[in-house]
Amino acid sequence: MGGGTHRPTMDLLRSEPMQLVQLIIPIESAHRSISYLGDLGFFQFKDLNSEKSPFQRTYATQIKRCGEMARKLRFFKEQMVKAGLSPSTRSAISDDVDLDNLEVKLGELEAELMEMNANHEKLQHSYNELIEYKLVVQKAGEFFHSAQSMAAAKQREVEAQQRGEGSIDSPLLLEQEMVTDPSKQVKLGFVSGLVPREKSLAFERILFRATRGNVFLKQSVLEGSVTDPASGEKAEKNVFVVFYSGERARNKIVKICEAFGANRYPFTEDLSKQFQIITEVSGRLEELKTTIDVGLVHQTNLLQTIAYHFEQWSHLVKKEKSIYHTLSMLSIDVTKKCLVAEGWCPVFATNKIQNVLQRATVDSNSQIGTIFHILQTKESPPTYFHTNKFTSAFQEIVDAYGIAKYQEANPGVFTIITFPFLFAVMFGDWGHGICLFLATSYFIIKEKKFSSQKLGDITEMIFGGRYVIMMMALFSIYTGLIYNEFFSVPFELFGPSAYGCRDPACRDASTAGLVKVRATYPFGVDPKWHGTRSELPFLNSLKMKMSILLGVAQMNLGIILSYFNAKFSGNELNIRYQFLPQMIFLNSLFGYLSLLIVVKWCIGSQADLYHVMIYMFLSPTDDLGENQLFFGQKFLQIVLLLAALVAVPWMLFPKPFLLKKQHEERHRGQSYALLENSLDESDEMEVRHGSSSHEEFEFSEVFVHQLIHTIEFVLGAVSNTASYLRLWALSLAHSELSSVFYDKVLLLAWGFNNIFILIIGIFVFICATVGVLLVMETLSAFLHALRLHWVEFQSKFYEGDGYKFQPFSFASLDAEDE
Amino acid sequence: MYGFEAMTFNIHGGYLEAIVRGHRAGLLTAADYNNLCQCETLDDIKMHLSATEYGPYLQNEPSPLHTTTIVEKCTLKLVDEYKHMLCQATEPLSTFLEYITYGHMIDNVVLIVTGTLHERDVQELLEKCHPLGMFDSIATLAVAQNMRELYRLVLVDTPLAPYFSECITSEDLDDMNIEIMRNTLYKAYLEDFYKFCQKLGGATAEIMSDLLAFEADRRAVNITINSIGTELTRDDRRKLYSNFGLLYPYGHEELAVCEDIDQVRAVMEKYPPYQSIFSKLSYGESQMLDKAFYEEEVKRLCLAFEQQFHYGVFFAYMRLREQEIRNLMWISECVAQNQKSRVHDSVVFIF
Repeated sequence: MGGGTHRPTMDLLRSEPMQLVQLIIPIESAHRSISYLGDLGFFQFKDLNSEKSPFQRTYATQIKRCGEMARKLRFFKEQMVKAGLSPSTRSAISDDVDLDNLEVKLGELEAELMEMNANHEKLQHSYNELIEYKLVVQKAGEFFHSAQSMAAAKQREVEAQQRGEGSIDSPLLLEQEMVTDPSKQVKLGFVSGLVPREKSLAFERILFRATRGNVFLKQSVLEGSVTDPASGEKAEKNVFVVFYSGERARNKIVKICEAFGANRYPFTEDLSKQFQIITEVSGRLEELKTTIDVGLVHQTNLLQTIAYHFEQWSHLVKKEKSIYHTLSMLSIDVTKKCLVAEGWCPVFATNKIQNVLQRATVDSNSQIGTIFHILQTKESPPTYFHTNKFTSAFQEIVDAYGIAKYQEANPGVFTIITFPFLFAVMFGDWGHGICLFLATSYFIIKEKKFSSQKLGDITEMIFGGRYVIMMMALFSIYTGLIYNEFFSVPFELFGPSAYGCRDPACRDASTAGLVKVRATYPFGVDPKWHGTRSELPFLNSLKMKMSILLGVAQMNLGIILSYFNAKFSGNELNIRYQFLPQMIFLNSLFGYLSLLIVVKWCIGSQADLYHVMIYMFLSPTDDLGENQLFFGQKFLQIVLLLAALVAVPWMLFPKPFLLKKQHEERHRGQSYALLENSLDESDEMEVRHGSSSHEEFEFSEVFVHQLIHTIEFVLGAVSNTASYLRLWALSLAHSELSSVFYDKVLLLAWGFNNIFILIIGIFVFICATVGVLLVMETLSAFLHALRLHWVEFQSKFYEGDGYKFQPFSFASLDAEDE
Repeated sequence: MYGFEAMTFNIHGGYLEAIVRGHRAGLLTAADYNNLCQCETLDDIKMHLSATEYGPYLQNEPSPLHTTTIVEKCTLKLVDEYKHMLCQATEPLSTFLEYITYGHMIDNVVLIVTGTLHERDVQELLEKCHPLGMFDSIATLAVAQNMRELYRLVLVDTPLAPYFSECITSEDLDDMNIEIMRNTLYKAYLEDFYKFCQKLGGATAEIMSDLLAFEADRRAVNITINSIGTELTRDDRRKLYSNFGLLYPYGHEELAVCEDIDQVRAVMEKYPPYQSIFSKLSYGESQMLDKAFYEEEVKRLCLAFEQQFHYGVFFAYMRLREQEIRNLMWISECVAQNQKSRVHDSVVFIF
């Protein structure tokens, strides 16, 4: 903590220096102070009342009021959505709205809106009822009409039969029946109405059961759906008419109707009255319609005014609520005159915060200013990186693994270059790179537009990582040029190929091989390699060696960063007993391998590097024979091997013992400290400070920890180096896949000489390229690059057990609530 | 296939078991109850609940709140969860889930019939019904005059129909009849449910038979206590006990002849699992019996979650949620009526 202040600030490598601050705010300016701090967004409040439940806190009532207002605003929003209005995004910003006025205003508006809704509902209810009534009258009228005409037809038939007496066909009984009928006639009652269609069957069944079949039910299906007056929802309904006899049956039927939510409507048999009813109902419908329309216009107007202010109001309410939440986290002084806040802020923001507090004091006419007081603490401060829109996505990649410990070296700085580069090694194809670049530049160009609107899940993710993707695309173009890959088509971009045929006819190109005719191809892989028999062995050897070089370089970087961490925290122990042996171990084995690779490339030897490496362990004293690359190699190997062997116990043993010794000394030192070092107070503080963190020193634990660490490193050096071979494997897979799509789809389709097949071929090629190579391969290469960073690189130095600085800020409020 | 559920259970039941266990994790904890008990107003309760799973259901309720609103919204959440599970369930789990609601159905039927008998408004009664026990033609119950009609008109369409076979009489409905009907129905329901669970076999049968036996025994005790001093004959009383459970058959014989609460106690103390319940009560006291039974039930229900691959968790979850809603209702009532000293009388802590 002490060291960071007099070093030059390293923007991203070290997190911002933080300080724990105590603010003593007079109660009258508290609200304004918090509000200004929220505007500034550089202060993270600590919850000083965490043991109190939410409703026991000081400002619980205000929070409740804000909650209530938020509910009202939600209600308005709902109503606006119903009315098809959207809150105007840029509403009038007038600052003269304060919370109390707003509360009253919202209350009034809500009451007004509720009343309007109630009126509207009432009107709509009667309107729907009338519509149903009209439908019933029409449909039932049809029943009666058809029934009457049928009856009349029957009557005529019967009369006709009666006239034609003596016909053998006419049933004998019928006549009697017809004669006796009028005298026995019972007056049938009927009930008519509407019943929801899905209930109509059950309705019929219950009616039948309840009256023991003594009813006649006639139903007819209504076309389209009707709005139900009670619920206000659209429903499909049937018109029914039930005929019954007797008062008891009527009661039952009425009850059943009620139970089924069937609306009954009166109906007369009289035709002229029916007409009268229909015209009457139509007239009233007209009237109601105009009333409802006027009401709707009123409501829309009201909602429009609300919509005009909505954004501002909801922002204000959210802001107030967060202010009161923050105020609740402060502890109240015994005198109830001031609030005490504690929290973290970056050191660079000290002046800004003090200015803001000063301004708050002046603006709220408080006599006493806020006291700004820096506290000393042993607590680890939060980690805060000052990122911009370009670096934030890369920092996210690191944060996803773990938030950096306070002021430890941040791998995010290196990730900005190494991540896209390792990706590109696996994704080397400048054609694909250009596609990716075009796609991501679309997001970057439309950045303003996209950042203001809500995107889908996946789009959001791509948009968030747009600069990462851009870097990945640029690096892919670069590595693609090195690999000379363009959708698996070779290009001679940097001049003609260095190789040519022996003779001008060039028939034996594939059998007798080519000869070098020009100077070496200046950049990347010679295009002539493409499609030859030896292409794969050549590229494999190249890429494999390259992956090992890259891997060893990155792991070395990781270990060097651990040196900087140790240096920064003044931990000599870690430098001497961790950093040094680790460097020696890694480089004596794999650094040596890298050296061999480079030497082999330079002198063009045919030595077998596997053999060299394996026999370096198995029989280090044997002669190297034809595998010797340079003079003194055997001696160097033996030295390196011994160095590696020494490095392991060097890593394992000294550190825990030295820690133990230090601990014991410190304890002894502490007891003498008061006598000897009483003059140097700061030093004493330092000692106590340090010892408190090591209060209980468990030697076995420390030793086991160191053992695990050593084993992990030693095994990891081997397995991590091997792990970097994924760079080669994925790059191989990528180029092979793209050549398969090119050869087996595009060229095959071309060969048919048929335009139709060619179109299909091109279509399949594009789909495969986009789907498999651009999307899937990007994903898999991304994941592998991620793993290489998280596991192979960061495990060398990164602790990642910090916590993020989350300042109280209004800017993050809107994003949060959505 | 006892012991082999692990092989096949997850094919159909795995997803829902995960869901129900997730829901269970959302039950209020003792810390929540402690906080709730300290609330001063219903708004405080709302504020506290808004941090729990009930939040979305309560957030749009305008203050001032009423106890009924809180209970209604909490029940709505339970019903939503139940419906979601029922939609996802396949046989035989869907039947099992439906069985859980039959108890509510019986209660609703009894509620409506009693209400109509006392000439209450049907709509008002419908609002009081538990939403889990609703069926299509429930409102039609008001039409019926006697048991036979009740059955013939309405209940024949419902799953309760088979349970009715024992109590069809032409007698007019009165309070006593209805109460007997409720208990007969419940008896038939529990027996049927028990049989169904036995048919399912495996861990489900084992756990459910334990839970249902407890339910049956509790009902037997309640019937006995409630029928002391009424004109219900011993034989009739005997008929209302379910034909399974720990008390069956000898305990039932003894319960049938009990004349006061202390005799009931003497009978129950012969059964070790119930001894602890009764030992908490002083002699002659039956007020706290309900709470003691509820506590024991909650304990057993929680134990059902300790085993995997069975349907008992669904039953247990629904019961626990209902208990939680009862707790919330009690706390809200106490808060609303300023009787905070009595808050702990009836709250059964679940965890």
